[in-house]
Amino acid sequence: MAILKVPVDQNDHIRGPAHAPITLVEYGDYECPHCAAARPIVDHVQLSFGGRMRFVFRHFPLTEIHPHAEIAAESAEIAGAAGLFWDMHDALFENQSSLSVPTIFLIGAQLGLPEVIMRNALETGQYRNKVRSDFMGGIRSGVNGTPAFFINGVRHDGTYDYASLVSGIQMRLAANASS
Amino acid sequence: MSSILPAGIAAPNFTLRVTPDQNLTLSDLRGKPVILAFYPADWSPVCGDQVTLYNEILPEFHRHGAELLGISVDGVWCHAAFARDRHLHFPLLADFEPKGDVAKKYRAYRAREGVCERALFVLDRQGTIAWSYCSPIAVNPGADGILDALENLSDQANAHGHLESTSRPK
Repeated sequence: MAILKVPVDQNDHIRGPAHAPITLVEYGDYECPHCAAARPIVDHVQLSFGGRMRFVFRHFPLTEIHPHAEIAAESAEIAGAAGLFWDMHDALFENQSSLSVPTIFLIGAQLGLPEVIMRNALETGQYRNKVRSDFMGGIRSGVNGTPAFFINGVRHDGTYDYASLVSGIQMRLAANASS
Repeated sequence: MSSILPAGIAAPNFTLRVTPDQNLTLSDLRGKPVILAFYPADWSPVCGDQVTLYNEILPEFHRHGAELLGISVDGVWCHAAFARDRHLHFPLLADFEPKGDVAKKYRAYRAREGVCERALFVLDRQGTIAWSYCSPIAVNPGADGILDALENLSDQANAHGHLESTSRPK
């Protein structure tokens, strides 16, 4: 059983109530088609559990096969510094089929992030360590591909369709309640 | 179920083709930790596959001074095309003729399917198996076990005064 080695903390991007009994952590890559396919499913799962679930996204860019994955991840962090992480997150996935540096700058501009600021942060690698640290934490936790999900700290080894994620969450809640 | 060679055993030596005109002999890597990653086949159809993952983590393996070798029964031309497609920065060895000969020595061969197991071996600097793990064939084993094993080797080397060039200073 693979266990999340890096606990969720204030450095994470969290959608949902801080004290929710369910924490779903995803390690993902903005250029990975499976992660893009999982995004609306995760939204649906979160809607189903309402205020009982929080969702955490961590970066796991496979840069050798996805040439824009690193820039996309760092751009999400740049947006995050302006309180716009999730806006950038959603937009990157929505525009995955045309993902490129100009597309990313365009998304940034639409969110009110000046290109010069983004360009500077990318060139200086301001958020490279944050992305790397997400990636290495994932490796140490047994992430073996993307997307990888952890439900309350335990890796979900099923598929990422709605039924599988929901039953994974329900099983984890039952296991937690009986322990 | 096969049981692959366990820790504590001297890793069987081998010479395998790494490119159409180059061979690689395991004992030439003596003095460095070596990771042997046997896998069933090139061209598995997912993006987060095992070799892609290891390719991304290669700098971490190198930080421990370790060399990574991928091994399958695919031929050198297949490996060359696969490595180019996935931008791999580590060698893929062709256990091609006699087919699976090396995998058999490590007891990591699936005779029924004619492919290697998804088996991992970490060898110490003397060429002894320090850690081994066989994953269910359909499950990508990730890299956490390899990194734990390499860290143990680095700690042992440091304890013996053999300071890793890349580890923290004393």
